[in-house]
Amino acid sequence: MTSNLIVYLIAIPLLSSAVLLLSGRKANKWGHLLGTLASASSFGVGAYLFTQMLAQPTEERAMTQKLFSWINVGSFNVDASLLLDQLSICFVLLITGVGTLIHIYSISYMSHDLDRRRFFAYLNLFIAAMLLLVLGDSYLNLYVGWEGVGLASYLLIGFWNQKPTYATAAKKAFVMNRVGDLGLSLAIMIAFASMGTVSFAGIEEAAPKASTTTLTAIGIMLLIAAAGKSAQFPLQAWLGDAMAGPTPVSALIHAATMVTAGVYLITRSNFIFDAAPTAQLLVVIVGAITLLFGAIVGTAKDDIKKALAASTMSQIGYMILAAGLGPVGYAFAIMHLLTHGFFKAGMFLGAGSVMHGMNDEVNMRKYGALRKFMPITFITFGLGYLAIIGVPPFAGFYSKDMIIETALNAGGIKGILLGSAALFGAGLTAFYMTRVMILTFTGTKRWDDEAHPHESPILMWLPMAILAIGSVLSGFLFTRGDALVHWLEPVVAPHEHGEHSELLPPIVVSGLALTIVLIGISIAVMMYVRRPVADVAPENVSALTKIVRQDLLQDVANEAIFMRPGQALTKSLVTIDEKVIDGAVHGVGAMAIGSGSELRKTQTGYVRSYSALILVGAAAIVLGIWVITQ
Amino acid sequence: MIFNSPALSYSLLAPILIILAGALIGVLIEAFVGKARRPVVQLSVALGSLVLALVQVIRIRNLSSTTAAMGSVVIDGPGLLFQCAILIVAVISIFLIADQDNFTSSAAALPGSDEERQATQSGTVLTEIYPLTLFAVAGMLLFPIASDLITLFVALEVLSLPLYLMAGLSRHRRLASQEAALKYFLLGAFSSAFFLFGAAYLYGYAGTVSFAGIHAALVGGTGNDVILLLGIAFVAIGLLFKVGAVPFHAWSPDVYQGAPTPITGFMAAATKVAAFGAMLRLFYTVLAEAQWQWRPFFMVIAIITMIFGSLVAISQRDVKRMLAYSSIAHAGFLLTGVIALNKAGLEASIYYLFAYGVATVGAFGIVTLVRDSSGEVSDLNRWAGLGKRSPWVASAFAFFLLAFAGIPLTSGFIGKFAIFSAAYESGATAVVIVGVLSSVIAAFFYIRVIVLMFFTDATEDGTSVVIPSILTRLTILISLVITVALGVFPSPLLDFIKPLAIFIR
Repeated sequence: MTSNLIVYLIAIPLLSSAVLLLSGRKANKWGHLLGTLASASSFGVGAYLFTQMLAQPTEERAMTQKLFSWINVGSFNVDASLLLDQLSICFVLLITGVGTLIHIYSISYMSHDLDRRRFFAYLNLFIAAMLLLVLGDSYLNLYVGWEGVGLASYLLIGFWNQKPTYATAAKKAFVMNRVGDLGLSLAIMIAFASMGTVSFAGIEEAAPKASTTTLTAIGIMLLIAAAGKSAQFPLQAWLGDAMAGPTPVSALIHAATMVTAGVYLITRSNFIFDAAPTAQLLVVIVGAITLLFGAIVGTAKDDIKKALAASTMSQIGYMILAAGLGPVGYAFAIMHLLTHGFFKAGMFLGAGSVMHGMNDEVNMRKYGALRKFMPITFITFGLGYLAIIGVPPFAGFYSKDMIIETALNAGGIKGILLGSAALFGAGLTAFYMTRVMILTFTGTKRWDDEAHPHESPILMWLPMAILAIGSVLSGFLFTRGDALVHWLEPVVAPHEHGEHSELLPPIVVSGLALTIVLIGISIAVMMYVRRPVADVAPENVSALTKIVRQDLLQDVANEAIFMRPGQALTKSLVTIDEKVIDGAVHGVGAMAIGSGSELRKTQTGYVRSYSALILVGAAAIVLGIWVITQ
Repeated sequence: MIFNSPALSYSLLAPILIILAGALIGVLIEAFVGKARRPVVQLSVALGSLVLALVQVIRIRNLSSTTAAMGSVVIDGPGLLFQCAILIVAVISIFLIADQDNFTSSAAALPGSDEERQATQSGTVLTEIYPLTLFAVAGMLLFPIASDLITLFVALEVLSLPLYLMAGLSRHRRLASQEAALKYFLLGAFSSAFFLFGAAYLYGYAGTVSFAGIHAALVGGTGNDVILLLGIAFVAIGLLFKVGAVPFHAWSPDVYQGAPTPITGFMAAATKVAAFGAMLRLFYTVLAEAQWQWRPFFMVIAIITMIFGSLVAISQRDVKRMLAYSSIAHAGFLLTGVIALNKAGLEASIYYLFAYGVATVGAFGIVTLVRDSSGEVSDLNRWAGLGKRSPWVASAFAFFLLAFAGIPLTSGFIGKFAIFSAAYESGATAVVIVGVLSSVIAAFFYIRVIVLMFFTDATEDGTSVVIPSILTRLTILISLVITVALGVFPSPLLDFIKPLAIFIR
């Protein structure tokens, strides 16, 4: 039985992680090799399972493996089971494939770090947790993986936690993710309370019988969870700060895999969202806002990793938007997720390669003219760039074009608004990515004399090259004969053709998108090629630019909306405790034992006021009995 | 007059008798063994009798569902499970108690007197603590299996009196410790009076003190309802005081803070198991038919307790006080198990009590480690940055806090889930909603401590974590292993509890 192999996908990296953590310094010599081997073996198992699935007829491809009976409390029964179907195999291959490449890259990138073994242990832990997330057959199993990737991500962001700003970044990610996790746990609780099960299959079966209110509530909670993990509005603020972690981490966790967990969650829960139109509408709104938000923030970033982070946020906005469009959109959301996994991971690794050559400088205003010094990085990064802005025939063109088209065809005002947002976003993407390219690779050199830019070693550029090939070819492969759409059909309900009349023919949409992309590129060229680039960010800029530079005031907003009221609430609770509760205790006590105003002034701690409280409690109960028996 | 000698069924009473024998041997050791060897001998005797008692409990588990000592105690599945839990918690605690650094060298000397200083300098250690612990454990073992009101009261006093004394034995801040002991004693006596008063009413109602007799009278329904209700209310007050439910909770923050930390841990964990055991037996069997009278009161008390405990805990600046209010909140959560009044509620309560008890001992074990030159530091502000200096200790504490908060994959989650779903099934929806909301509030202050330990920079007067002795390490390690195991693989224990959790009347 091939289904017995599923557990090894998770077990191999988990075991390796444990070995690396427990074996201590003596494993320093071979730790990174074991970690890479574990990830590669997991990919091998995944690839074998994939070929097995291909050999099966469509309806027999999904397989489950029961590990053990996990919880058995009253009517609450959860098995620890793994589900490998058409949707999860996409993620398995992405996680283990890109994961292995990033392991290889890290061997070289982290070679100067004394704690490289621990770093690989965390990477393996992350791979195991992320696989559990996508392989769990119930929301509860998914939740375990969900918390697991949160932990691994926290450990990896804070890997260099000797720097206080990094620790702060880890903390911000921690807190914002907790908000999302709360949403997920509430969704699970509502689902269990109303349907008596937490497994995907069980809920899918029970969903048609549940009330729309229940499904909407579950949907909104799932959306909050997705927003927390995928850095979507309004829980987006942590992603930029999370860039404090080592760059391979940003590539793996904050570009290719973990941050796309929200898209997975929504796609996996298609049976809930399809039956809850209000929640679905909220999903597209969140997606649309975030794709614009991220793109706008990206235009003003000088830190190369933060610019890429803003871009990730925006691209995931596209995926969430597509997933919110219902059965017509799920496959495109996943397609964009996969192509994005290639080109964004590739660009992050490219950014890491640049930093590696530039003494860890991240400010793009200190770069310039690196094309000559880092030709391979320039080419691989450039292919990723062409993919993300959606130039045919690169991967992003296919996936993004499909999303724009589907959004435009969503019908009525909604379709026009969403389609315009997606189109405008594409233009912004072209602008800020061109800006990154120009500032980094072309123009004049703006770096100090201490920097000696050089091309990175083969262990670093090889993964970049492989990812670049993916960013060139994957879109074409996925769309050829609607391959991915048909592959995913059994999971996300069939793609219904002709549900809406087409607003514009596909060729016009593609043309329109390309025109807007060209406009974006041209503006960037005019601003950054025609004019010399200052090596410090200019101060005398418009108020709008200033606001954009501050991430559209996201921190200010968070502070005003959440932090200050929260602090005020805590303070008032303390006051209530001191004034009202203690006051009441003493007040009541004073009345009860008749010692007048003297006791009001006393502080808590007197046995007499405590016993008075007991007496009052007893009196209240007796009074209650009297009322009942009357 | 024919006088039959009472049939006591010694084998069924053996766990209690073994502990009492151990305690008496402990007293003799105090008299006859030399000072230097006392700590080792006392620890061995205490540990030996606890383990022996545990073995005996396990041996008689299949003889259950019977009465012993002429019907004064009842040996049934839940009773044995409570005894098991108490003994395991006691075993874990005894290692912590054995770390003599926490107790005063001479309890009778005035705080700050020359006599005290001499005793400390001569290296005298207080070994009376072991027999005292054993006496308390004996009372706790009797408490949840007592099946008449007199035995119940005797057990209550046997478990309380040593605890009053033990609360006053702290080495550091002795005045606060003695104040706590006195408070605990006075308020305990006050609530015992309530208990006795209620017992008298119940006797007045039923004409008997045996649980079976009271139950029969209740089913017959011939007595005076007002007397019954007053009896239930006052007996309940006595028990609610022991578990620290609002408004009978006022002692617990002061006592938790003042008592030596190992004793606080032992008291918080084991007393709760014993008191809830007795409460569950009383209300599930004897008074189940009067549920329309007592359930509303319990619902109100549970709601107030959960909200009050969680809210006030937020504003605490002392770790021991915070844990005290957290224990008040947990008493509220456990009360929902009493309210559930169904088999699922009983199973859930047993699981919850065990999981909570173990985690509590572990958490207080860690509190004993964080110190500065003048002793334990319980001021939370000075715990800032602990995660950077002592990552293992801080991580272990964080894990216990997460278990208290009921985060999934910890024992607390399964416990909370089981207890709330049992209460929900029984129709107590309002209590469950308040329970879930206060769990969220509670999670806030637990996580606040974690944030403080890991993400806040240390203050100047930072504290240091002492290297734990092997004994303390054992306590923390065992608690941690059990808490992790119960969180990840709850099924074995739940399946073990299920067939046993049936009260016999």
